[in-house]
Amino acid sequence: MTASPRAAMQANLSKRARTLVTPEGLSLPLTVGGKGARASALILDLVILMTGTIVVLVILSAIGFGLFDMGSSPDTNPVLQGVLVMVILFMFLARYGYFLWFELGPRAATPGKRLVGLRVAARDGGRLSAEMVIARNLMRDVEVFLPLFFLLGGGQEAGVAGWAAFVWLAVFVLFPFFNKDALRAGDIVAGTWVVEASRAKLKEAMSLAPDRQDTYRFGEAELSVYGEHELQVLEKVLRDDRPGALREVAEAITGKIGWQLGTGDEREFLEAFYAALRGHLEGNMRFGKRKKDKFS
Amino acid sequence: MVLALFRKAEIEPPADIEAASLRSDRFRLEREVEWQRLDRIVTALEKNAPRRISDEDLLELPVLYRKTASSLAVARETSLDAATLAYLESLVRRAWFQVYGPRIGLFGWLRRFLGGGWSAAVRAIWLDICIAFAVMVAGTIVGWLLVDQDERWYYSLVPGGMAGGRAPGADPAALQETLGTAENSDGLGVFAAYLFSNNTGVCIMAFALGFAFGVPTLLLLVYNLALLGAMFWVFQEASLGLDFAAWLSVHGTTELGAILLSGAAGLHVGRTMAFPGDRSILAAMQTAGVRAAQVMVGCTIMLIVAGLLEGYVRQLVGDTPSRLAIGGTMLALWIVYFAAMPAPKERET
Repeated sequence: MTASPRAAMQANLSKRARTLVTPEGLSLPLTVGGKGARASALILDLVILMTGTIVVLVILSAIGFGLFDMGSSPDTNPVLQGVLVMVILFMFLARYGYFLWFELGPRAATPGKRLVGLRVAARDGGRLSAEMVIARNLMRDVEVFLPLFFLLGGGQEAGVAGWAAFVWLAVFVLFPFFNKDALRAGDIVAGTWVVEASRAKLKEAMSLAPDRQDTYRFGEAELSVYGEHELQVLEKVLRDDRPGALREVAEAITGKIGWQLGTGDEREFLEAFYAALRGHLEGNMRFGKRKKDKFS
Repeated sequence: MVLALFRKAEIEPPADIEAASLRSDRFRLEREVEWQRLDRIVTALEKNAPRRISDEDLLELPVLYRKTASSLAVARETSLDAATLAYLESLVRRAWFQVYGPRIGLFGWLRRFLGGGWSAAVRAIWLDICIAFAVMVAGTIVGWLLVDQDERWYYSLVPGGMAGGRAPGADPAALQETLGTAENSDGLGVFAAYLFSNNTGVCIMAFALGFAFGVPTLLLLVYNLALLGAMFWVFQEASLGLDFAAWLSVHGTTELGAILLSGAAGLHVGRTMAFPGDRSILAAMQTAGVRAAQVMVGCTIMLIVAGLLEGYVRQLVGDTPSRLAIGGTMLALWIVYFAAMPAPKERET
């Protein structure tokens, strides 16, 4: 039962996996950002944008009204005029400048994207240029803001023309669902895509634990039971270090290779087995023999 | 110097390398100081704080990047340590984004853009500009002819709020008044800012709609220019045609130029989508999109100028000859700039 959702997730992940070849000829795995992650990044950005707009407008209007004495109008009060100009320019910048500014930065991601771990990258593996970022964000206007204003403004009440506009805008909104890289129209025009920007921490080396080759000796037959996949599962279990899981895995392994294990020795045994198995598999690897998993 | 030494000490030297029983772990322990050094540089770059990086580190960056990339290549063939591989992949990817990231800041880009990038992009889409221009002229004529045939067309073309008393058969004196000036510059700043933000929105839409093979862009151009043609007819009827043209030309040569360019940019993208040529459709669209984006940034600049001209100059300068002179000068300036500004040299990297 538990296997099927995990398998589905794995399939989904591998469907989004891409390879990028650097100029050094090294292939780097990339994961295309999922539609859910991108949608939540967009919603986060819109929330940030709206909150920011409201705060700034409140401040500006406080300034405006503070200086507003009865009998003056924008025509005669230069400060009020300045405030109005600032409001208009601010609204303009909020709509067009926010995404542009952040995606031109070194992380090529808006705050929303950064929070969900995404970034913009050039699709051809080259460098991301300013023009690309500008192009993809100009298209955002028809993809995000027009549909948004359309919905908020009740545009669908305009009869047939309203519905035509609705269908037309829906084409843009639904665009990412109809291509494998989840590209929106702006990505196509700019030659960009949105990929996951994960950061990993360097974890401890595994074989620094005291050498227990003398206590636990594993023979060729015992080590050839498992492959690389099982080794990496074991690595994860050891790094997580949860007693229940350790016990379970230790029992599974001893059962498989026909050993008896006393209680309390699980971690010691697993560390020794991990080191031996990895040494064995890596040794074979150097001779070009790889064993993917226990079935191969 | 002291600070640099202090920072270096932050990276913990690996535990006793010989203690590691596995060959691949020894490989990793021998190199992890360099990886972490690269990690630190990349993190500083990502935080946009290059000043935190010492000079030696910055000089070493390409070397560290290549070393780490080759470590990854070796580790893939010799190590089965999933966590180390994941770390290296993520580190090399991040470093790759920084090493091959944009080399030019926003201001450097702007300088290059104004110094020829813009005019080169405009020249590159000349065919689309011609098409858009023809469509705009046709739109104006259509608007004129429609209203000339039946005045009721005017009311369906021009929205009520925009007409502002400028209806067919209106009193010439009232029409003259709409072409007048304001007494002083109060309140004009707001007007200019409003015009700029509104017009830029229209231009961006004209560009973005080009995505559908350019058809909506053309419709938008025809409609907007038909409106102009209709209005022109109204003034011509009151024999104020030249005054209207002068009134319009102050900012109109710049603003219509921006609309022309943004329409052409949208058309360029749409046309490339329909006829990508020898290349794949995605590659062709990318080239077109990047070129069109430069034209669009230029349109924003033109619209700032147009907004200022419309908000201030037009409201302050009243007589027809000066207005025509200003409009004509602007037009000449733009044409000379686009035609004569040489493209910037491609920098060797």
